[in-house]
Amino acid sequence: VSASLQVLAEGDIPARTQMGASLGFHIIFACFGIAFPTVFLIAEWVGIRRRDEVALVLAQRWSKVAAVIFAVGAVSGTVLSYELGLLWPGLMGRYGSAFGIPFAIEGIWFFVEAIFTGVYLYGWGRLAPWAHWWSGVPIAVAGLLGALSVVSANSWMNQPSGFTLQNGRVASVDPWAVIFNRATPFETPHMVLAAYMVVGFVVSGVYAVGLLRGRRDRYHRLGFLIPFWVGAVCAPLQVLMGDILARAVANQQPIKFAAMELVDNTQRGVTEWLGGIYWNGEVYFGIGIPYLDSILVGFSPNTEVIGWNSVPPELRPPLANLLHWAFDIMVGIGFALMALGAWQAWVWKFRREVLSTRWFLIPAALAGFASIVAMEFGWIVTEVGRQPWVVYGLLLTRDAVTTAGGVPVTLAATILIYGVLTATSIVVPWHMGRRWRAQGVAGAAEDTVQTPYGPPPARTEESRA
Amino acid sequence: MNPSGETIAVAILLLVTIAGYALFAGADLGGGIWDLLAGGDKRGAAPREEIDTSVTPVWEGNHVWIIFGLVVFWTGFPSAFSAVMIALFVPLALSLLGIVLRGVGFAFRHEAERLPTKRLYGAMFAASSLMTPFFLGTAVGAVATGAVPANPGGNIFSAWTSLTAIVTGLLFVATCAYIAGVYLVADCDRRGRPDMARYFRRRSLAAGLVAGVLAAVNLVLLSESAPNLWDRLFGPALPAVVVSVVGGIAALLLLRGDRPNLLRGAAALAVVGVVAGWGVAQYPWVLPGALTLAQSSAPVAAQLSLFAVLGLAALFVLPGFVWLYWLQQHEMLQQSHPPPTPTAATAAENRLPAGNRSAVTIRPAPTRHPVLERALIALVVTGVVRALVRHFFPGRNRRG
Repeated sequence: VSASLQVLAEGDIPARTQMGASLGFHIIFACFGIAFPTVFLIAEWVGIRRRDEVALVLAQRWSKVAAVIFAVGAVSGTVLSYELGLLWPGLMGRYGSAFGIPFAIEGIWFFVEAIFTGVYLYGWGRLAPWAHWWSGVPIAVAGLLGALSVVSANSWMNQPSGFTLQNGRVASVDPWAVIFNRATPFETPHMVLAAYMVVGFVVSGVYAVGLLRGRRDRYHRLGFLIPFWVGAVCAPLQVLMGDILARAVANQQPIKFAAMELVDNTQRGVTEWLGGIYWNGEVYFGIGIPYLDSILVGFSPNTEVIGWNSVPPELRPPLANLLHWAFDIMVGIGFALMALGAWQAWVWKFRREVLSTRWFLIPAALAGFASIVAMEFGWIVTEVGRQPWVVYGLLLTRDAVTTAGGVPVTLAATILIYGVLTATSIVVPWHMGRRWRAQGVAGAAEDTVQTPYGPPPARTEESRA
Repeated sequence: MNPSGETIAVAILLLVTIAGYALFAGADLGGGIWDLLAGGDKRGAAPREEIDTSVTPVWEGNHVWIIFGLVVFWTGFPSAFSAVMIALFVPLALSLLGIVLRGVGFAFRHEAERLPTKRLYGAMFAASSLMTPFFLGTAVGAVATGAVPANPGGNIFSAWTSLTAIVTGLLFVATCAYIAGVYLVADCDRRGRPDMARYFRRRSLAAGLVAGVLAAVNLVLLSESAPNLWDRLFGPALPAVVVSVVGGIAALLLLRGDRPNLLRGAAALAVVGVVAGWGVAQYPWVLPGALTLAQSSAPVAAQLSLFAVLGLAALFVLPGFVWLYWLQQHEMLQQSHPPPTPTAATAAENRLPAGNRSAVTIRPAPTRHPVLERALIALVVTGVVRALVRHFFPGRNRRG
């Protein structure tokens, strides 16, 4: 055991684990930064347009939850920017001048988001209704543009472009080509849709639990419907986008694709495996659909799919079975969420009501968790699948990792802090919800829940004295 | 080789970011230090409330400065960035820990309901406010004394545990406390709390004196540990040093008076002078004795794109930032509420049975969306046709 622990503590494993933990944590909060503003703006729009007070209350409460989540996301985002340097000085030292540009642009959108979140929260009841709604629009737009910037940095690691090397140093940079590299148009929409699905299904899941517990009032039905629509509309688009992205990966990073689909030797007429374990050239326990993989890659059973045996073992991603399962589960969840959305849409078309059967509400309550799992597995596929490269084809991860000791210590601290942080981020909105439930919808005027962005409640004279 | 104009401009941008972090986030960190020193639950309640009111609306906007600083550093001077990150892994990781704990403490302490949890988050916020400036200060001290080589093999403990580096860390803490105190004096005056203004006036005076003494000690230490830096501080960087000293003394004198804006300006000048003096004194090195600005600089296009980003920031961020500060300075960032819900309306709504059809819709939604339907059909049909065409007439783009 101690020998295997020693192996785990050596090389780039602790740094990769820490980066993975930080990214896996931050991405959930980033999703809320990208998509939550749209959701509460839709609620506010419904509220203003239809003079619907319940929708307005929902919008205001969601914006308060968003403030707490944004604050945590800001902190975990800072951790990531630090870690890029602390853990991967080899990456930043060599490619910082190219790789850094999208992050610089992201900084702007982050600033814009932080500022307008403050204004939006402060503006409830102060600005005219539509003026207030418009003050929230920059948050949503900045979220999208921020996602574009950061995901383009990740795409650049998958498909580096826009620079020339001279003696191992970046000699010239084309910022435009760095941002809009070959993988950006595929990865960015996939991530943005994922963010909208995560937020849509997580938020609607909260109200699905309420509906399951018999709170069938309009507040809960509307609170369920608005975010659920967002997720349900994005789910089929996401399945479509995922299909396009998978073809792009097969084209641009064939070895990653080979691991995702368990293709060892390059061949035609490749079987698509659903599930299954690869062991010594055979796939066991999987459902194989002959020719489907080739058809998916090139619309023809004759399409050649490149296998991982085309590169030496040290250039193949580790744990092909993990990648395959992560990919399959992600795709499976995507289809399941699409079916869930379609079910509700069908019922809505004919009966204009929220499904109240347990057969629907229990999966709907779990959909948020499932969409987070799918998104995390998607990131595992893209990040572990790129190994052993950190910059695809140019820089190995083990050459980028820091030579400073102490990463195992920071790893332990990271896991500890993020564990506590995750628990707190769930408990705090839960407490807010409990307080709100105690107040009821009508009590919204006396709302005393404070948010970290600050507009403190108007101070009374007693507290001043 | 002299650094190009663009390289110098990026270096100045980096210094501006550092000064921005010191002036804005430094004040928030200092607020945390005063929170820590405010005493027990009862005695510290009033100052804590003032600190909270001043810091809360702006802390996250201020926090972005350090992210900006990191980005400018790694994009502008990638090799120096990598060397600093390796050699100073420990203090930087600790400063990050401080930032995390502080943000978390701050984000959640407003949500905490019970006093013990409130206390825990408050203590986290306050204690980490000491950590971040101290360890960032030791890192700056290590860089300034030339203790960071161009290609470090691993952690260099001696770099940031030298006497100069430690004193620099303490100087950072004192400066943050001083700046925060000065801002709080002005804030309390404006809010009509003369008692609290007096409270922070005494404290910022003390912090200012401590910072002054530490700065003097640091200068003496620098003459030993970084003679080159010392020479340049009293050579080309002298004007900046003089500005800083004059600003500091002026701020100490103004503390007694009644000119809050002038006071803030003088205190800010003292800090900006130090940052500028450090920059000029270190020129042309980014890591003194190891790596020059020119050796470490990024390609011109990357530098220019940093300035393009700066332009975008000026366009998008500055107006919003100014507006936010204006609102905060005019005490307009106060929470207010949406118009009260007509109780009768929702109550009636809630009595409807769960399956009621009219319950959710208020206005009958259109059952058909002809434009959307046609667009969707067109999309599907063209997609199918395209796939069929590609299947039966294999074009040049097809693989396999």
